Amino acid sequence: MNQVLQDYKAPLIALAVVIIAALSSFIVVPETEQAVVLRFGEPVRVINQYRPGVDFGQTGAGLVPRIPFAERVVRIDKRLLSVDMQPQQVLSTDQLRLNVDAYARFRIIDPVKMVRTAGTPERVEEQLEPILTSVLRQELGKRTFRSLLTAERGEAMARIRDGLDREAREYGAQVVDVRIKRADLPEGALESAFSRMQAAREQEATTIRAQGQKQAQIIQAEAEAQAAQTYAQSFGKDPKFYDFYRAMQSYDYAFSKGEGGTTIVLSPDNSYLSQFKGR
Amino acid sequence: MRTIGGALARGALAMAGRRSPWGGNGGAGEDGPGEDGDSGEERGGGRSGEGDKGATPEPTRGPRNPWLPPADKPRRSASIDDIFKMRDPRGRGGNGGGPGRPSGMPRLPVRPDGKSWLPLVVASVVLVWLAVTSVHMVGPKEEATVSTFGKYSRTIGPGVSVTLPWPIQNVDATDVTSIQRFIIPEGESEKLMLTSDQNLVDLSYLVRWNIKNLKDYRYRLADPDETVREVAEAAMRSAIAEITLDGALSGSGRAQVEQEVRDRMQRVLNFYQIGVAIQGVEIKKADPPTKVIGAFQQVTAAQQDAERDRSNARAWAQQLLAKAQGDATSFDKVYEQYKLSPEVTKRRMYYETMERVLSSNDKVVVEASGVTPYLPLPEVRRQAPTPAPTASATAGAGQ
Repeated sequence: MNQVLQDYKAPLIALAVVIIAALSSFIVVPETEQAVVLRFGEPVRVINQYRPGVDFGQTGAGLVPRIPFAERVVRIDKRLLSVDMQPQQVLSTDQLRLNVDAYARFRIIDPVKMVRTAGTPERVEEQLEPILTSVLRQELGKRTFRSLLTAERGEAMARIRDGLDREAREYGAQVVDVRIKRADLPEGALESAFSRMQAAREQEATTIRAQGQKQAQIIQAEAEAQAAQTYAQSFGKDPKFYDFYRAMQSYDYAFSKGEGGTTIVLSPDNSYLSQFKGR
Repeated sequence: MRTIGGALARGALAMAGRRSPWGGNGGAGEDGPGEDGDSGEERGGGRSGEGDKGATPEPTRGPRNPWLPPADKPRRSASIDDIFKMRDPRGRGGNGGGPGRPSGMPRLPVRPDGKSWLPLVVASVVLVWLAVTSVHMVGPKEEATVSTFGKYSRTIGPGVSVTLPWPIQNVDATDVTSIQRFIIPEGESEKLMLTSDQNLVDLSYLVRWNIKNLKDYRYRLADPDETVREVAEAAMRSAIAEITLDGALSGSGRAQVEQEVRDRMQRVLNFYQIGVAIQGVEIKKADPPTKVIGAFQQVTAAQQDAERDRSNARAWAQQLLAKAQGDATSFDKVYEQYKLSPEVTKRRMYYETMERVLSSNDKVVVEASGVTPYLPLPEVRRQAPTPAPTASATAGAGQ
């Protein structure tokens, strides 16, 4: 082994020197990063800067030379990053409260500016979070509760995004999108919402029952009317005969179904007994 | 890169096992170049006058593998053979090791022709490295991105592909065909959402998606999976906020929401250029909140009550109508006959009815008017347990 080291001493040393030189004079910038090259602390160039519409493979990523020791490289995420804010209570114009949880997506488009102002994307995120919160409260607070729920429909989200974007440009970032992830009722309002829902349902139940009874009555009345019509059509042909016919039916029903419980006192003048007299 | 790095490390370890002089002799069952190395070592020993197989007296320091930790001890458990070898007096000083050498400082074995093994060892390390890092198997469901020094070069499909070795080109394979799925909310917890009429609905839904464009998926966003999730939540929330509670609970409303969420998600994700296709959104559950579910059941009960009332009324109506029709028809029939001979029919009906009436009742015929009749009314007295002046008949009741 020693022998080998002795034999190849010169080439080995040369190889080591070449490797060290290569490592210190080239950097690898992946597609997901942009790199700011600082020469003695002064930003001199940006590698793989974000430009819209440039496909991967055509960007500046890859093996990039740098001057060893003099140049320092700051790597910055090139991808779309997210600011996730803490849930915020928003008060609508009609004095209702809503817990809103939103997120924003941003990317660093001016790495040099970002390095000078914020330093790292994480710091940008920290800076943007309170701004997002305040812009969101400001914008949503101008709306009624109802339109607050459907904030996407109007211009509100675009205005929030633009407001945040203006601030983000100070840090070399661009805000691409702001969205409301959740919008929930706060604890107290939740209870009252439940009782409101309950009352509404009870009202609905009562209404349904009443409607059912009403419809039943109508059905019965209609049937009665139709029956009356049927009777009238039929009996109206001869009211006098109907009177007699119905009287006979009625006597039958009233007296003959009994078990002899009725005592009938007849006068000999009764027409039934007219033949009694033997005329 | 992690995968290839690991493979490389594994290869390096395997090589260390094969290549190092103490990496087992012929009996260890090593294959390929390892066999050569062992037999070469054996021959080497023979050349130096020690014919004994495996005459290495102590672990000679071979070409150190840079991936191995610099342990002086071999990285394997001791075997019986080693112990015997260590004790073999003939082995001491073998392989040309001078007695003056510090023990534990292994030496590189030499080939029969006296040349060093080093070039061969280096060459095979390089070969294995090339083989491991430049030939890639991409699975049937996978695609892989190839990047050259971090710069995206191309996407390779399933099968065997050859690239430049690591660290020049790096291959990263991901399953793109399989449908990924997630459910919001996870577990059985309640996820309440506000509807447009400010009611709450307990919702649980499933989103299925897959990777459509691997390079966008990989390079465009910091956390694509989480992004898909967040976009799903935002889309579902805003879709539910646009329909009423009844719409959310009903089947047709659900289908509409599912379609809308899917479209919204795809629109937002395309805007982010994340390279993800939403395959479907399915609402698994849309229920009223647990706290008010009783009231909702009351509504169902009320609906059934109302339905019951209505059908009772319908039954009664049918009965009434049928009776009316029956009565009318029988009257009509009798009337037809009556018209043919009115007087006779009338008298006949009268007598028949009176017969039925009088035959089943008690009858009293009072002859003369002005006579106050005494009515014993036996039946009345029998029926009423307490004597009460209930029944007082008057004369002429039969009129």
